[in-house]
Amino acid sequence: MNAEGALLEVRGLRIRRGGVDLLDIPALAVAPGETLSLIGPNGSGKSTLLLGLSGIERPAAGELFFRAQPVPAGSAALEYRRRVAMVFQEPLLFDATVFENVAAGLRLRGLGKEQIVKRVGENLEHFRIAHLCGRSARTLSGGEAQRTSLARALAVAPEVLLLDEPFAALDPQSREGLIEDLAHTLRETGTTTIFATHDRAEALRLADRVAVLEGGRLRQVGSAEEVFRRPADAFVAAFVGVENLLPVTLRSAAPATGMLAQLGEALLEIGAAAAGMQSGSVGLLCIRPEDVVLSASGTEAAAGNHFPGRVASVIPQGLLSRVTIDCGVPIVAAASGHVVRELALAAGCAVRVALRPADLYVIPRV
Amino acid sequence: MKKILSAVFALFAAALLVTAPGSAQEKVLILATTTSTQDTGLLDVLVPAFEKQSGLMVKTIAVGSGQAMTMGQKGEADVLLVHSPDAEKKFMDEGFGTTRRIVMHNDFVIVGPAADPAKIKGMNSAAEALKAIPAGGGTFISRGDNSGTHSKEKALWKAAGVAAEGQKWYQQTGLGMGQTLNVASEKGFYTLADRGTYLAMKKTLALEILVEGEKSLLNVYHVIEVSQAKWPKVNAAGAKSFADFMVTAETQKTIGGFGVEKFGSPLFVPDAGKPE
Amino acid sequence: MDLIWQGIREAFGLIFGFDAEVWRISLLSLRISGSATLISLVLGVSAGTALALTRFPGRRILVSLVNTGMGLPPVVVGLFVTIFLWRNGPLGVLGLLYTPAAMIIAQSVIATPIVTGISLAAIQQLPPKLRLQILALGATRWQMVRLLLREARLPLLAAVMAGFGGVISEVGASIMVGGNVKGLTRVLTTATVMETGRGNFDIAIALSVILLLLTFAVNYLLTRIQQRERPR
Repeated sequence: MNAEGALLEVRGLRIRRGGVDLLDIPALAVAPGETLSLIGPNGSGKSTLLLGLSGIERPAAGELFFRAQPVPAGSAALEYRRRVAMVFQEPLLFDATVFENVAAGLRLRGLGKEQIVKRVGENLEHFRIAHLCGRSARTLSGGEAQRTSLARALAVAPEVLLLDEPFAALDPQSREGLIEDLAHTLRETGTTTIFATHDRAEALRLADRVAVLEGGRLRQVGSAEEVFRRPADAFVAAFVGVENLLPVTLRSAAPATGMLAQLGEALLEIGAAAAGMQSGSVGLLCIRPEDVVLSASGTEAAAGNHFPGRVASVIPQGLLSRVTIDCGVPIVAAASGHVVRELALAAGCAVRVALRPADLYVIPRV
Repeated sequence: MKKILSAVFALFAAALLVTAPGSAQEKVLILATTTSTQDTGLLDVLVPAFEKQSGLMVKTIAVGSGQAMTMGQKGEADVLLVHSPDAEKKFMDEGFGTTRRIVMHNDFVIVGPAADPAKIKGMNSAAEALKAIPAGGGTFISRGDNSGTHSKEKALWKAAGVAAEGQKWYQQTGLGMGQTLNVASEKGFYTLADRGTYLAMKKTLALEILVEGEKSLLNVYHVIEVSQAKWPKVNAAGAKSFADFMVTAETQKTIGGFGVEKFGSPLFVPDAGKPE
Repeated sequence: MDLIWQGIREAFGLIFGFDAEVWRISLLSLRISGSATLISLVLGVSAGTALALTRFPGRRILVSLVNTGMGLPPVVVGLFVTIFLWRNGPLGVLGLLYTPAAMIIAQSVIATPIVTGISLAAIQQLPPKLRLQILALGATRWQMVRLLLREARLPLLAAVMAGFGGVISEVGASIMVGGNVKGLTRVLTTATVMETGRGNFDIAIALSVILLLLTFAVNYLLTRIQQRERPR
């Protein structure tokens, strides 16, 4: 994205610890008011990047710009640090009341008593924990504690909010409620947010843009749509849940005649291919499991790519089932319980697979 | 809560100020003496009287005789009140002291269990009594701390021709007179004690005086002024003042009367001015 | 057994009879050990916190020294402090030997490693990310240290109690550097040794009882602070 008008920007950021490069980011910019999600496997540098953006971790090289002004390093960064708040996976509350915890950041800034009471009250309301005001932090449940931690961070009215896997330790129910309340508060206040997560659903749900990290480097940055449906490479594809990466040869790259890719014997109509790919290029066809449309064998579908297959396995995974189908090549589909029952999907039964061209994307095979 | 803490801190800070050092050197006199001397209580009477008269603050450091002499040698004490004649003579010969004057004496007694297995009671010779102890199957316990008492004891063994050190019937505590008497009382051992300490502790001891009055059992106290020549920081004026005080007629009278009320007989015999 | 009962009776007699000498040495015990504890609190908490939060070459050796210092024999401290403070010794010009100040110095040397070691452990057992979270709320380095100390207040108070306990009961160093001079450096512990040596067991036991009561009272106060009622 264009760095003009960015709220926060890094250039050439390198962070080392113990002689090892933990982070190497040539460029990254965050727009005011946007929510950026950092996703990537463990150890990919998400936490390190957040600490670098917070002004706490001193980089080995590179610069941080806030509102186009360079952020000084060391103790001079205090002014910047006070405009940024961070929440971690653990609540890290103080051994005091909920009120005292939420007021902590305000006390550090030397705010007056009335101001403190007002701001604390507001944020307790936002996170629905006003009734816990006088309780000791030691007696809170996991969800209540994390709400307190978030209220504490937002009480200082930060211009940037950094979250390091804040919902990872919560049970599904607490997580649901809290994501809702947080999303609501962020929308209301328009706070620029950068959060790290390894839950793709969270990223999709809350983020305007997604950045994929691996080994301390940025693999791809773009809208959720771009990253999830048009991944930059096989790694990103696999990470964002493109479970089907099928080797194909590009046959026609001209949008006018319709892009075509050859998968084994079949010629498929696809939606798009990565830039620079031409007819004859060898690549990988990206198909998301949820984009695989299943119907009873024998039915005639509308135009598009469809072919018969035989179900190899049906594995229930929560709300969806993972259905592996042998169509000459194995294709993994995500079927809702409804579909599984309607089509009586079971190992060995015949089924028809249909793929919409718009859902198909080819990336280079490296 | 914070207020209480601040108050407590303020209190302690004030206390710190009060206990700060500040006395000038000339107003302080360091008197090194022995634990047995202090334990008799005589100094509790004499020192305050001297302080009142002289305006000096006397720090009475009661340690073993050996340590007292060493303090004098190192110039860490101004005046000594000790009772180890041999060590004292060596001290003077080596030039550590300016004057040495006799003050008083008490005597040593050989004490032991009432049962007296070695049958030394009433003997007229300390030497004979000492020889009799191992012969009679008794055990002797010594202070073994280079104190005046210990030095006297070693001299007595030597005079008796007995090599006591290392024998099975000879044990050592390394402690003061009071503690050694306690051990002897507890275990039924024989020991050598100064009469003063024995009398002071008599009520809690299961020991009796078995041999007394013999010339070799005399315990003579001298007051020695430490030489300023070797150690300039020594308070020579104060030391002289104290030494003079110890031999005045009035002080000698006090010494002579000390202990009569409590024990029925005086603990010390004043000797100032008498020939050795 | 009778002896102990008699000693206890004697103790209360001395306290409530306002025996001047006993009150004086009791107060002196408190003043000297209290001052030493205060000094060791300031030095020990600072050193312990610094050791916990910083990394530098040789840190581990320093930590081992602190842990060794926790078990330092008080008489060894007394001996070395005496040698330093002798009139003719390196610090003799200060004229500190056989004064309460010398005792405070010796007791501070004894207590500081104890307070340092426990403070170090106290800070180290806080969640490692807490430091980052405090900074992330906009704290300066000093604010962060203050908040960490507040979070570790339980073990830190235990450190104070350990330091105090170590010095109020100390006798070897106190005798050596103080000289047990009546009215100046005689405290409960040194007086107890002296009275025992004289065979005055009843007085010795009385003094011991007073010492125990004193120590209990101080620790009770500190424990109240440590365990004070938390909000519901």
